[in-house]
Amino acid sequence: MRKEFAGYKGRALQVLKKAEAEIGDIIRITRDKEAYEGVLIPRSEYGDDKHIVIKLQSGYNTGIKITSTTNIKKIGTGTKPTFTPPPLPTQKPHLPKVAIISTGGTIASRVDYRTGAVRPALSASDLYSVVPELSQIATIDAEILFSLFSENITTKHWTETATTVAKHIKNGAAGVVIAHGTDTLAYTSAALSFALQELSVPVILVGSQRSADRPSSDAATNLIGAVKAASTAPFAEVVIAMHETISDKTIVFHRGTKARKCHTSRRDTFRSINTTPIAKIEDEKITMLAEHYQKRHPSRQLVLKPNFDEKVALVKFHPGLNPETIESYIEKGYRGIILEGTGLGHVGNYCFPAIRKAIETGMVVAMTSQCIWGRIDMNVYDQGRDLLAMGVTPLEDMLSETALVKLMWVFGQTKDTEEAKRILTQNTANEFSPRTLLKEDE
Amino acid sequence: MSVNYSEIGLKVGLEIHQQLDTKTKLFCSCRPKLFKKEPEITFIRQLRPTQSELGQIDPAALFEFQKGVKILYEATKETACLVEMDEEPPHDLDREAVEIALTVALMIEAKPVDEIHVMRKTVIDGSNTTGFQRTCIIALGGAIITGEKKIPIQHIDLEEDAARKTEEEGSTIGYRIDRLGIPLVEVATAPVLYSPQEAEKVALAIGRIYRATGKVRRGLGTIRQDLNISIRDGALIEIKGVQELELISKVIENEVQRQLNLLRIKEALKKRGVEEKDVADEFVDVTSVFKQTRCKVIQRVVKEHKTVLAVRLPRFGSLLRMELAPGMRLGAEMADIARFWGRVGGIFHSDEMPAYRITKEEMNRLKGFMKVEPPDAVVFVADTLENATDALKGVTQRARDALKGVPEETRGAKPDGTTRYLRPRPGAARMYPETDVPPIRLSGERLEKLRACLPELPEQRLKHLMEEYEINQKLARQVFDSEYGDLFEVIVGETGVSATVVAAMLTETLKALKRDGVDVEKVADEQIIEIFRLVDSGETVKEAIPEIVGWLSKHEGAAVRGAIEDLGLGMISREELELMIEDLLIENRDLVEERGKGAFGALMGMVMDRVRGRVKAKLVSEVLRRRLNESGGR
Repeated sequence: MRKEFAGYKGRALQVLKKAEAEIGDIIRITRDKEAYEGVLIPRSEYGDDKHIVIKLQSGYNTGIKITSTTNIKKIGTGTKPTFTPPPLPTQKPHLPKVAIISTGGTIASRVDYRTGAVRPALSASDLYSVVPELSQIATIDAEILFSLFSENITTKHWTETATTVAKHIKNGAAGVVIAHGTDTLAYTSAALSFALQELSVPVILVGSQRSADRPSSDAATNLIGAVKAASTAPFAEVVIAMHETISDKTIVFHRGTKARKCHTSRRDTFRSINTTPIAKIEDEKITMLAEHYQKRHPSRQLVLKPNFDEKVALVKFHPGLNPETIESYIEKGYRGIILEGTGLGHVGNYCFPAIRKAIETGMVVAMTSQCIWGRIDMNVYDQGRDLLAMGVTPLEDMLSETALVKLMWVFGQTKDTEEAKRILTQNTANEFSPRTLLKEDE
Repeated sequence: MSVNYSEIGLKVGLEIHQQLDTKTKLFCSCRPKLFKKEPEITFIRQLRPTQSELGQIDPAALFEFQKGVKILYEATKETACLVEMDEEPPHDLDREAVEIALTVALMIEAKPVDEIHVMRKTVIDGSNTTGFQRTCIIALGGAIITGEKKIPIQHIDLEEDAARKTEEEGSTIGYRIDRLGIPLVEVATAPVLYSPQEAEKVALAIGRIYRATGKVRRGLGTIRQDLNISIRDGALIEIKGVQELELISKVIENEVQRQLNLLRIKEALKKRGVEEKDVADEFVDVTSVFKQTRCKVIQRVVKEHKTVLAVRLPRFGSLLRMELAPGMRLGAEMADIARFWGRVGGIFHSDEMPAYRITKEEMNRLKGFMKVEPPDAVVFVADTLENATDALKGVTQRARDALKGVPEETRGAKPDGTTRYLRPRPGAARMYPETDVPPIRLSGERLEKLRACLPELPEQRLKHLMEEYEINQKLARQVFDSEYGDLFEVIVGETGVSATVVAAMLTETLKALKRDGVDVEKVADEQIIEIFRLVDSGETVKEAIPEIVGWLSKHEGAAVRGAIEDLGLGMISREELELMIEDLLIENRDLVEERGKGAFGALMGMVMDRVRGRVKAKLVSEVLRRRLNESGGR
């Protein structure tokens, strides 16, 4: 029942029920001397209960206020819009096989025809059917794994995604594409970078900043770039495929452990931090940008390590940070804390006792920088040296988000503090870069 | 040819769009301003047709996309931010724009909506970076009163203006996004206008309401008129972008002629026994016919190993060259459609041959090759096989449409009052909600406030102008219709120059200058005010204004004093004038002696010839008269 009156409540719901009008019906609203006719349209859940929305014959929607003199009459049953996806293009069996796993997000979303809201509803096969160019690049094996906004993705989804990717690789996929919301895309890409070792083919996460129902969406170009790379790129690593600039021209591939969403809304929101993207694609041509990378090698045996432990926290230091924050993690039995310190890797000395206590109880406490760009160095200033002496683990130029994911993954492999520290500081998926080169845009 | 419009069932509806003079754009805080210099930012996009609410894809849009059309956008930092680039969601609907639109609505007694819902109207020609135009209804109903008649209004909308097209080269279309997002108000009348003159009158009346708000932009392109025109047995044709009011009736007259003649063509084809199935998509490669041609276009195509493709239009002979309206022919309509679908430069057809250095012999050979017999027509296109095929498909479709009469389409107005094919009429389901902008409730309180301080209606304002400034009705009307109404009041308020002089200058003088090809638009309001200030302070005279305006139009942004200096219009001091007149009297001693004070007229003319624009005529006559008196007394 609720569905038929989507969004309407209180007074508005009452009058609609009385008129026996449902969404999509043609109704006539009269009020004093005024009269309106149109199709009843759902109302935003956050709208008030005093207006009814109709689509006028001109195609415009308008909200009409209900007063004591308002009268509503159903005058016809409208055709309820149904979405028929266009037919799937014919597959070309000789092309490489690429798996597309859909997890949700803008790239896999479209407007709800009734409410106008953007919903993560488009299946991977829908994506394929609205981007028919894909049929020229690969044969697609599509799978809907989740339909989640990326902020709702947790470690258990990483595990499931990694396992699904492994399954497709085992089944002979030439590459795997994962459609994912951009908000936490870099966390998932880091997680997969650690969980999927000794990859034989590329694993490409792809998102979009404009929903696929818009003519200007970046979803199609990103997806085409991702599928092209999945089928033919020479590398076998976990990467993120997104726009390089605000033009629909080049798609760049960022290493899964080195990427960060840096803009709330731009198409080129992702940046490779402290390194260059691994490759780019322009006019269907892939160019490698990284000197060293793991090459595609079909016979390499995948090592799957999909377990994560959520008892790890990311704490951003700020002036006046209450040390009780850190202590509460100790009390709750957390195994590790990634500190996002200032500058070269510092926190205020008023936090020292809490940090010391954490380490003494056997937690791993590691340091990254909130500067985003650059490498930490805790030997330059006294307080850095104090933290090192306490047993804080410095994490070089690793991104704080990547460090968080890595420590979660580390505790999925071992519960031993010393072993955990050893794995944490070992370069597993290019999360550390030995050299930092000068880049113009930093 | 005079047409009885009621007999043929003419119905015209108007949609008058007017840019609003707001501080910011409709959905962001950018300045609503166009840039002239080189762009600071460029980027490339592709727009992909998406399914409408009903799950359909607009075929014309899909086609454009498949042609690989790329759009090159140009911007400057002052006039565009991330919102126009579709890199940031829209901000809230600009309050000022809503209030101006509401003011218009209340002035024509329309009923403001209770809640504004912003919609997206799909437009994927590149003129909107998003692929849709944001638009919303502000009010419904109301009426425009012209003379006796009350013209019902359908709705008053507020929408964002589109980017402006700068170039189209091959498969790249260029747009500047400075204009994108400038607020537009639109008043749409019901299709109840029954003659070209009536439509023009109503358009003028709507324009007057806009100007009466005092909050609209002016200059070329700030007001645009779309016309929906139909006649009985014809079709509803949407004509976009009529920029000059004076063109409206001409555009309608031409469209009526075009539709009547298309109906005549339909009859002629029927008489000739042509049926739809006779017009087949059988395209023949006729490149070999033109191996030795002297036609430049075809020569180039042959050299580039492209194709000349031809199609037979059975019994269409002589109809392609029949004039539909002045300068408009069926052949030209087909060419526009071929350009749209095939991105070709144009078409050739047998009705216009021999021409373009294509010989009679070549045409005979072509006709033989195609097995064409009178009264058949042949259309041929020279381009890549793909483009030529698409172009000819458009041509045969247009030919089949000719059998049915007038095809529904969207046409664009040209400055001479003719129109050309733009695109097929968009489907009905092209509107869906703009979910990034929440609905806006209009409170009764807000409306009451606006209602309490509505500007004067055009007729009141006219009366007000006449009374307060003591100018005659003709001048007052001219000032009001000139778009310089506000400027007029500012100048008269700020300077001591007489209202009649200011009014005449802002209307008749500027109009005359425009007619002479002076680009008056380039002279800023501030500069015009400055000119009158200098007239007021005696640094120049009103006779010099045309020359100064002309100079300023060629030196954009320059100082008015610069014009006076550069034109040698510096004022002559009283002393200089005295000396000049003294010399003149000596030179013309005989004349003065002979005619005494009677020589005044002739002498005055001589002085004015020397000093025009540099000294007030009143002062010249004063000095000359005194000097003559003195010399007469000697």
